[in-house]
Amino acid sequence: MNAASETVAPSFAARESFIELTARERARRLLDAGTFRELLGPFDRLTSPWLPLQGIVCQADDGAIIARGSIDGEPAVVAAIESAFQGGSIGEVSGSKIAGALELALRDCERGRTVRPIIVFETGGVRLQEANLGLAVIAEIQAAIVALRRHVPVVGVIAGMVGCFGGMSLAAALCSRLIMTRQGRLGMNGPEVIEQEAGIEELDASDRRRIWQLIGGEQRVASGLADRLVDDDADAIAAAVREAFSAGVPPVHRSEAVGRYLSLLSRIDPDTATPESMRSVFGDRTANSKECE
Amino acid sequence: MSDTTALSRGQRWLRALAGEPIGAAPIWHADAPLGDEPARFIAVVPDPTNRFPRARDNVVGLEQGWHLAQAVRAVVEADAHAPRRRPIVAIVDVKSQAYGYREEMLGIHLACAAAVDAYASARLAGHPVVALIVGPAMSGAFLAHGYQANRILALDAPGTMVHAMGKEAAARVTRRCVEALDALGETITPMSYSLTGFAKLGLLDRLIEQVDADAPTQEQITRVHRALADAASSARADAADLSHRLDSDAARATRAASIEVRRRLALQWDAV
Repeated sequence: MNAASETVAPSFAARESFIELTARERARRLLDAGTFRELLGPFDRLTSPWLPLQGIVCQADDGAIIARGSIDGEPAVVAAIESAFQGGSIGEVSGSKIAGALELALRDCERGRTVRPIIVFETGGVRLQEANLGLAVIAEIQAAIVALRRHVPVVGVIAGMVGCFGGMSLAAALCSRLIMTRQGRLGMNGPEVIEQEAGIEELDASDRRRIWQLIGGEQRVASGLADRLVDDDADAIAAAVREAFSAGVPPVHRSEAVGRYLSLLSRIDPDTATPESMRSVFGDRTANSKECE
Repeated sequence: MSDTTALSRGQRWLRALAGEPIGAAPIWHADAPLGDEPARFIAVVPDPTNRFPRARDNVVGLEQGWHLAQAVRAVVEADAHAPRRRPIVAIVDVKSQAYGYREEMLGIHLACAAAVDAYASARLAGHPVVALIVGPAMSGAFLAHGYQANRILALDAPGTMVHAMGKEAAARVTRRCVEALDALGETITPMSYSLTGFAKLGLLDRLIEQVDADAPTQEQITRVHRALADAASSARADAADLSHRLDSDAARATRAASIEVRRRLALQWDAV
């Protein structure tokens, strides 16, 4: 259990919060110092064609930052979602920026030039004002992750405070390795959506403690649905990203382990399951490694 | 729809196109000829006694996601050394993902990702993957079952629709009435619930007209069969990725931003 909730000890130097950084600064902090180069930055003025039609002011980067640079000297690309614009929601342009960056990384990998891809998730999912195109580009992001991770680990970071929801939670689940903080949350349907669709007796969205126990970073890492729990410290998160690449492509990705997860699910009684009891079943790493082989 | 003895559209079309299903609800699959080759057909069907109470309808929940992945991966493994990989047809009639406390606890996002992964991996391995929309194709459920296909076909019939959020929920969230939402879809194409709106985005390869989705005639079934076989051979001759979706007149008109983003990203990718 302790290995699952491993954290990096804070140093004596004042640590820098990663959560408080903008997406652009997050991307800069994850890349080797001095190597950050933004693609399709604000001066390209590629904005949403759909928001102005609905009376919503655009942002020049559409809420997605794409940056090239290096990680431990190796070529890298970071796609970081900016939660301050429309809650990090995925529209045609922001989603195409992420998908396009991953597709170019794949092209380079196929030509024998490895590019290390990192996605910094901070999103509620589809931008409702761009509904079907948001969903379409999320499918394209997912397709690119599955193709790319055969060549190089695709590393996801969920730092918080928005978390990662909707179709993008599936994209996170497709990543080779997921790094979370205690302030990060990962789930398909946000608590408000569940309360609205299934009723308050299913889930009370105002019960914050219950929600953190359900989908918070600590629980996700302890149950094996994410890989590393890291403090909200920019250096610690950057170090965890580097280690995730050093570890290489996992032999079996989580989303490929069909037999293992069907067997874990069969051991769960839906009537009595709690976050604690599922943690002991899903987080049993000795059972996991046996079934993986 | 409230008649529990009636077949769902997914059940009806799986039977019509591929015969008796193998496997129990909530995932039915069947192996049957498509054109001149064998193919696997897969549908998500209602499961009134599912042990997860929030996943008893034709929705994608935990077991649905993992069993979809299993049904797809079985074919990929069986054909791993075959000279020709068989087509996989996803019959799409899915109302939504399952919304529930247990679903989140037990990782429904991963279960749905497993289905995405399986379909995408099948496509990359050379299986023509074709989605046939016969009912609702909603949100996360469509991502898990259909949206990774090389080709997307739909019946032009009442009740078929594609969207990121159910109409009633979207109306509540955006504080609009359902009628206003429909009107919005007329002017803002990605907001449309209709398949004709979806086609304008370049995402639909074929809208099959004049088919009774609930009680198809033999002639209509034959026509849908032929359309699926055509889509599978067209997919086989094309790239295994999803680039085809941006390569149509409709996409060039409506998804100009998607294309422009990729063009400029490629220009800026390598530092000069």
